[in-house]
Amino acid sequence: MPDLRELYQQVILDHHKKPRNRRRPGDANKHAEGFNPLCGDKVSVFLRIENGVIRDIAFEGSGCAISTASASMMTESLKGKTEAEAEGFFERFHDLVTGKTPAGSDVSGLGKLAVFAGVREYPVRVKCATLAWHTMRAAMEEREETVATE
Amino acid sequence: MSVAGGIPGSQERLGFEVSRIRGDFPALHQEVYGKPLIYLDNAATTQKPQPVIDAMVRFYTCDCANIHRGVHLLSERATRNYEDSRTRVKRFINAADESEIVFVRGATEGINLVAQSYVRPLLERGDEILISALEHHSNIVPWQILCEEKGARLRVVPMNMRGELLLEEYESLLRPRTRLVSVAHVSNALGTVVPVERMIGMAHRRNIPVLVDGAQAVPHMKADVARLGCDFYVFSGHKVYGPTGVGVLYGKKHLLEAMPPYQGGGDMISSVTFEKTVYNRLPYKFEAGTPNIAGGIALGAAIDYLEAIGLDRIAEYEQDLLRYATEAFSNLPGVRLIGTAAEKAGVLSFVVEGVHPHDVGTILDQEGIAIRTGHHCAQPVMDYFNVPATARASLAFYNTREEIDALAAGIRKVAEVFS
Repeated sequence: MPDLRELYQQVILDHHKKPRNRRRPGDANKHAEGFNPLCGDKVSVFLRIENGVIRDIAFEGSGCAISTASASMMTESLKGKTEAEAEGFFERFHDLVTGKTPAGSDVSGLGKLAVFAGVREYPVRVKCATLAWHTMRAAMEEREETVATE
Repeated sequence: MSVAGGIPGSQERLGFEVSRIRGDFPALHQEVYGKPLIYLDNAATTQKPQPVIDAMVRFYTCDCANIHRGVHLLSERATRNYEDSRTRVKRFINAADESEIVFVRGATEGINLVAQSYVRPLLERGDEILISALEHHSNIVPWQILCEEKGARLRVVPMNMRGELLLEEYESLLRPRTRLVSVAHVSNALGTVVPVERMIGMAHRRNIPVLVDGAQAVPHMKADVARLGCDFYVFSGHKVYGPTGVGVLYGKKHLLEAMPPYQGGGDMISSVTFEKTVYNRLPYKFEAGTPNIAGGIALGAAIDYLEAIGLDRIAEYEQDLLRYATEAFSNLPGVRLIGTAAEKAGVLSFVVEGVHPHDVGTILDQEGIAIRTGHHCAQPVMDYFNVPATARASLAFYNTREEIDALAAGIRKVAEVFS
């Protein structure tokens, strides 16, 4: 039986209550909208990318604890990273929450994001955790249409 | 106060043997995450009593044959059982004749059928279709599609903050160009019982026909189309303890007679040549192709089951449970009910301060409590109340006060996790 505390870890609850980088930067040069039709959550992700490096990343929107914390912690993890590194984070994060990362494997490369490992026990919540990430990737690729998780 | 392991006194006073009724629903007797299942997502779909399951099994094990065409015994039995179901539905909603009962896939298909076969041929640029602010997407989108195609306008009856429609506004929206009123009998997201009888009267005084979406009403109250006087009524089998994939469109005979078919195919014709096809009589004109035979038969079993208990007793029991739950919710700090109409059916849509409904749903699920979270296919309702989503507990007559107590305890746990 999955333990609720695995899902709602303190750091996740903290980012839910006090999201970091929840703002709309005036100098963003890339931006995308995401929508989760399952719960009605909407998120906007803003990027300022210079010479392939994410100089600034922020988000707007409010959702469940998982989606808000995921967006907040994503912005902290990706600031200063290259686009290629961000893509790598996306892949590893996605594998982590969908359970493709074998249990016990080293996820230290993900840093604090490893707290989202608990999500894999809750298949219906995977979309909450990945919405901001899909939206970030759409922004990098300059896709105009709203990203849906379904 | 709950009584451990027993049935609280007031439920016995109502003469309603809920423990015996629960015994008829095998799915209720299971554990999830090591806890007894508390199923409070009945507005999404209801669990099925054993007689409904038996009817499905009996069809596939004994009577499986196509209907309306076989000379052999199995086909005769299948046809008789299917048509018996139609008669039960007719009686159940008090229609005048079996020909007014069209089997469809569900309420959604019923609405689409009326949109395409009744409204579409008569709709002209500048005409209006009138719906309400509390509709399910299935009673919004079919009309939007039609209005866009025809250059017609979709008008919306507003509601107040309790989730009640404003009848004065409604009256002023009934205009010479209004071609149809289409309104829910009970709101799936708010639980509001809409005063459809009055609204139909007001529309009919202006010769405007009315479709009633009864998907959320039929499980909770006696739906009497003769008394309501509605022109069309739709509902889904699976929300009334029957199987998924079958539903009912009721239409007044003279309206159905005048309507062109919805889909072409087998069973809806009486003769076909490459030059001309003569359509079958009602209701078969609207039932192209092999229908959901097992589903239709099992829907008849569901109706038998409900009528044996009695819709009046079901309504009385559920209203008592709703009052109990509403009272319990009023004692929960930080919990706000969305939808507080004076007249409601068993829906408790709510938000917990500072906690997203999705998180509420996950935590309750861990307690074995199944509720719905999200926009309930009613995004305009969510927009009106300025929430992205709600959590929704919806009641059936097999739910108990102990389950409501468990729900309240679960909601307190949500507050603890997020404290």
